[in-house]
Amino acid sequence: MQVDQSLDCKGLSCPMPIIKLAKTVKKMNSGEVLEMIGTDPGSKTDVPAWCGKTGNILLEQTEDGGAFKFYIKKK
Amino acid sequence: MKDIQKQIEELQKQVELLKKDQPKDKLSMIVFSGSLDKIIAAFIIATGAAAMGTEVTMFFTFWGTAALRKKAKIKKNFSSRMFGFMLPTGFNKLKLSNMNMAGMGTLMMKGLMKKKGVLSLNEMLEISEESDVKIFICEMSMDLMGMQPEEMVDYKNLEYCGVAKFLAEAHESRNTLFI
Repeated sequence: MQVDQSLDCKGLSCPMPIIKLAKTVKKMNSGEVLEMIGTDPGSKTDVPAWCGKTGNILLEQTEDGGAFKFYIKKK
Repeated sequence: MKDIQKQIEELQKQVELLKKDQPKDKLSMIVFSGSLDKIIAAFIIATGAAAMGTEVTMFFTFWGTAALRKKAKIKKNFSSRMFGFMLPTGFNKLKLSNMNMAGMGTLMMKGLMKKKGVLSLNEMLEISEESDVKIFICEMSMDLMGMQPEEMVDYKNLEYCGVAKFLAEAHESRNTLFI
């Protein structure tokens, strides 16, 4: 997968990952893909909810030893 | 044929009217409590909603109003001075609604929040300001407790209002909360 931008949200707690995600995606162009990494367990459900609400597309979501990775395509 | 055209026009009018009365993607909150934990919850919801693209308005009243004070030297009459003496000056002076334990609980909670990377209220206020969250302060509670605009937090989108303003905002909001 081609990643255009990445965002590190490790160590951040709710609601910071979502705030940073919204800020970053706002600056991206339509169709670009963002890779986001975080450790907040809440983001497991928050990122899909954010994507659903804002219309951006969650391509993939993985979990690896307490770290969560998301790939989001801007609509 | 003419009848049908008339009916369509009538329907279009009704659709327009319905559209006008549809609630917007907006959240209106009443922040009544001045407790640290409840104000934190209110700001987490507000900043989170703003990040979801939702328009947010927060109405502070009673103890919520008092929580938005900062340190300021103002001449006041006796009852206002007494209120001023007992009410917090700044977010740092707020206490937990539960398990305060003479300040120990609050201190512990603040320590934990820092450790776990939860934002402080001052940081949350900054983010709210950046994300265009609107703050309305109840004029009546200001008056009752003898507070003046000069002693309230510095915030870009801050206005003083009455209950009708809140109701008008709530009317066009999809979500309303009382905290």
